[in-house]
Amino acid sequence: MLRAYAICVYIFLYLPITMIVFFSFNAGKYAMAWEGFSVFWYGKAFSNPLIMGALRTSVIIALSTAILSAIIGTLTALGLERLKGWLRITFDALIYIAIMVPGIVIGISTLIAFVSVFDLVNPSLAGLGIKLQMGTWAVIAAHVLFNIAVVALLVRARLQGMDRSLVDASEDLYATPLGTFRQVVLPLLAPSILAGFLLAFTFSFEDFIIAYFVSGPDTTLPIYIFSSIRRGVTPEINAVGSVVLLTSFVLLIIAQAVLRRGEKTARAS
Amino acid sequence: MNHSPSVIEFRKVTKRFGDVVAVADNDLAVKAGEFLSILGPSGCGKTTSLRMMAGFEQPSSGEVFIRGENVTGVPAYRRPVNMVFQHYALFPHLSVADNVSYGLRQRNPKPARAEIDRAVDEALAMVRLEGYGKRRSYELSGGQQQRVALARALINRPAVLLLDEPLAALDRKLRRDMQIELQNLQRDVGITFLLVTHDQEEALSMSDRVCVMREGRIVQTGSPRELYDQPVNRYVADFVGKTNFFSGPTGAEVLSIRPEQIEIAANVNALPEGLMARLPVKVLNRIFLGEHTEYVVASDKLGEFMVMAPRKSEREAGVYDIGDMIAAGWRAEAERILPNT
Ligand SMILES: Nc1ncnc2c1ncn2[C@@H]1O[C@H](COP(=O)(O)OP(=O)(O)OP(=O)(O)O)[C@@H](O)[C@H]1O
Ligand SMILES: [Mg+2]
Repeated sequence: MLRAYAICVYIFLYLPITMIVFFSFNAGKYAMAWEGFSVFWYGKAFSNPLIMGALRTSVIIALSTAILSAIIGTLTALGLERLKGWLRITFDALIYIAIMVPGIVIGISTLIAFVSVFDLVNPSLAGLGIKLQMGTWAVIAAHVLFNIAVVALLVRARLQGMDRSLVDASEDLYATPLGTFRQVVLPLLAPSILAGFLLAFTFSFEDFIIAYFVSGPDTTLPIYIFSSIRRGVTPEINAVGSVVLLTSFVLLIIAQAVLRRGEKTARAS
Repeated sequence: MNHSPSVIEFRKVTKRFGDVVAVADNDLAVKAGEFLSILGPSGCGKTTSLRMMAGFEQPSSGEVFIRGENVTGVPAYRRPVNMVFQHYALFPHLSVADNVSYGLRQRNPKPARAEIDRAVDEALAMVRLEGYGKRRSYELSGGQQQRVALARALINRPAVLLLDEPLAALDRKLRRDMQIELQNLQRDVGITFLLVTHDQEEALSMSDRVCVMREGRIVQTGSPRELYDQPVNRYVADFVGKTNFFSGPTGAEVLSIRPEQIEIAANVNALPEGLMARLPVKVLNRIFLGEHTEYVVASDKLGEFMVMAPRKSEREAGVYDIGDMIAAGWRAEAERILPNT
């Protein structure tokens, strides 16, 4: 009984996704009428300059987000480790809250914040011929905001599981604090930083809501999909969707594996 | 730099953590080449003392000297001492060889690759772990990890090797082997060892000198024999070996008699000549300990006390059963009057 129920839930969850992947291999021109297997639409998608442009924008955004989040998030975690008392409790809480804030709220609030900032600085920048506006950089900023919290949380967990005496041992063996950070702390944190990097990339790559608010004239892949769906679902869109799906899926699995391996060495110490 | 014979020295060192006084006004001088143990119960400040020598903690007041040089305030990475941690603290992301060479690789300028490799091989051979260099530390047994930790410290030829309960995590049999190995190693390399332990047997069997601590203070420092034969007070007599206490004439003093210095026999007349005390006693308990048998006996006058009878006398005089009425006695020199502190 429970088993049947579980199977139903899985079908319900994965049927639409399976359909998308399935029909992306449709030879026919309509999304939902099967006419035989073909990878035609994949070729079509990859030669569509609009799709490739959107893909490029998305990759730039996701990569920048992942790199910045990994660096800032790690530094945040290291900084939090040194805090004590109510200050630490407050900042811990702020990190959790940042993760729980819905995307739409991040989208709207960053939009408002950017608009206010641009209004404030653009008049003085006008003389230099610079005009700040929404676009790729605004999306990166908004994504980084959220993903700092994700990375910080992962790295924090790892830091707390780390044996303090390893740092002592390194300093005892004549390594300076910087040397200890480079040779002991960073390598031990590497799995959690890498996992955070991958999660940030995935999140940023498939985000629609935040990008929708602050991307301005730039088009990311999810935004492209959204706008073309309004013109009807084509196998081409299914193909693009399948690629996004596969990318996210693979990255998440790698992130999981990396974290697992990291925990294994941590436990062994 | 003066040429004091101490390799490491505490001068009036105190360490406070908030309201807790972990180490109180201690003076301690470790001589070059000796094996010194700091012995005391949990929480008496042993680890804190060691951490102040290594440079992980700085004294609240007082000074630390290494080879006659004042190192108070100098961080751990600039002190010529090395530590073996209780849980070894081997770097899990490095191979055994890279763990062992870690200290050498921090030197400026860094020694040549070949030189490092040779030193690592030598250090691993010293702890009988030839050929283990490529392994990861977590692939080794507890005893092997312990030896890697020793090699990692000794390769640097420190002024003093600090060991914080290095054998506590090992099982009994292995601990015994490692005690002997540590002693041999210390003799071979000629480096000063400072070992912290709460195991009195370990401290007595391995060290040239033992320093007994209590609540942050050093109570007595001396050779194991001195501590055993001439304890300065009741606390040391109690902590170092087993003993019987009888209340002294005043409350400020106690009478201490070691259980192995008490003779027993089937009756008062069968006791040897020359004893100052001869009492009839009743056997309350008997524990067989291999080479010894431990009896708990009671006399009307003195109450319960412990007797350690060597195996030899059992064979001669037979074994006494619980409830037997026998006799106990001791020589004048067995009695020791100690301050009741
Ligand atoms: N970092 C610290 N912060 C606060 N109190 C501390 C700190 N380190 C040690 N103490 C306190 O100082 C006292 C001595 O501790 P220490 O670790 O030196 O004892 P120890 O003799 O090594 O005990 P054990 O045999 O249990 O290891 C204890 O009361 C302990 O609670
Ligand atoms: Mg301790």
